[in-house]
Amino acid sequence: MIELRGIHKAFGENRVLQGVDLDIPRGESLVVIGGSGTGKSVMLKCILGLVAPDAGVITVDGQEAGKGDRDAFLARFGMLFQGGALFDSLHVWENVAFRLLRGTLKRPREEAREIAIDKLRRVGLKPQVADLYPAELSGGMQKRVGLARAIAAEPEIIFFDEPTTGLDPIMAGVINDLIREIVVEMGATAMTITHDMTSVRAIADKVAMLHDGVIQWTGPVAELDTSGDPYVDQFVHGRAEGPIEAVR
Amino acid sequence: MSLQSLTAAALAGTGRPVLIWLASVGRITLFFARTLGHMVRPPFYPREFLQSLIGIGYLSLPVVGLTALFTGGALALQIFAGGSRFNAEAVVPQIVAIGMVRELGPVLVGLMIAARVTSSIAAEIATMKVTEQIDALVTLSTHPVKYLVVPRVLAALITVPLLVAVGDIIGIFGGYLVGTLRLGFNPATYLQSTVNFLEFWDIASSLIKGAAFGGIAALMGCFYGMNSARGAQGVGRATKASVVAAAVLILAANFLLTQAFFSV
Repeated sequence: MIELRGIHKAFGENRVLQGVDLDIPRGESLVVIGGSGTGKSVMLKCILGLVAPDAGVITVDGQEAGKGDRDAFLARFGMLFQGGALFDSLHVWENVAFRLLRGTLKRPREEAREIAIDKLRRVGLKPQVADLYPAELSGGMQKRVGLARAIAAEPEIIFFDEPTTGLDPIMAGVINDLIREIVVEMGATAMTITHDMTSVRAIADKVAMLHDGVIQWTGPVAELDTSGDPYVDQFVHGRAEGPIEAVR
Repeated sequence: MSLQSLTAAALAGTGRPVLIWLASVGRITLFFARTLGHMVRPPFYPREFLQSLIGIGYLSLPVVGLTALFTGGALALQIFAGGSRFNAEAVVPQIVAIGMVRELGPVLVGLMIAARVTSSIAAEIATMKVTEQIDALVTLSTHPVKYLVVPRVLAALITVPLLVAVGDIIGIFGGYLVGTLRLGFNPATYLQSTVNFLEFWDIASSLIKGAAFGGIAALMGCFYGMNSARGAQGVGRATKASVVAAAVLILAANFLLTQAFFSV
């Protein structure tokens, strides 16, 4: 469904992506792992067109990203941002229903609010939360609201950028379970970026490891511990010694 | 060091900031053109526009009113003191009126808007940028310029001339209070002198300046906010740069507009 071929991206002298090739089949949950600063988020932003790659081709169902109707292209995606990226000036329900209050998916406000409350309930939040502002919520609640916003318009493809960063282990487990349930329930294609191995095991069908600007290894999550790849082994076991330099 | 290398270093030292400045002018011009383009193409966001009208216009009234009131009063005192040197104390109402309407009203309101509104817009949008809210807007199929910039610039273009009109009136009223209560002017004569002296073009130029200054103030806030660097320092720099740029551009635009309207 999503294909990346030869993606390069540099910021000045810093060559972040140096020829990324990756396939994400429809309905699969792919988790991309890799150290901090290895370009995982940049790769994800390249797919969405938030960052323009220097070279390479990205296609979604054969359609080249960045060409054709951009609104229709983006309407297929939902995204959970690392910090939530909730709009401070809007109520929680307006954040969740953002897409349903404007543009081609616009609905009457009451209907949009009902859908938002339903999605909030789906991620384990009470309807009373709907009328609060994001600043009034805890980090875990903000993540859930971000998740509710990502699924509100029932997208075909959902991206999760570091979904458990900054959360305690219990809340991280709750978010991981929610992501897995929602992806299975919606039949969505999912791509998650994380360096949290608990998330990887909970969310992934398939895992890809990004290092030195290229995909070093891809395989089913069941083969993660027996991959035989020294980069994956070092990362999975959290060893300071190995081919990945600890000081970057 | 040879004379040749010294000359080259001096030229490079001058050329680099000039090139940076020209690049900034180019980027701001393109940003302005892009904003104009989005102003006339749907979708429009009336809710955000209404919020901006209130935030930029209505909520700026107290600061504009107080600034104009004190400035009008001080102006009356200065003109009286200065005029008394050549027996021209009687022109206080006329000079306060023309000074407030043609110059001080629009410029002071413009600078107050730069301080209050430009800084707030720049800080808000810059924070949205560093917390990925701008990226979130894009992924939600919403163009950030349409959603964040157009409503604010349009609201400033509409409300700042109105604020200038209010500022002009309050400034003249400040002069009237000082003139009648402290300097011994007859209230009816003071008002009559003010009304008779002002011409249509004085008022029209004041409002045109207000629209121009409002546009500059909002545009600078949006431009520097959207181009903010990362982190708290990036937000701080964007806010500072936006206020400085808006204030300088407002004063420069004031000179150019005054030259265009009133040059003899």
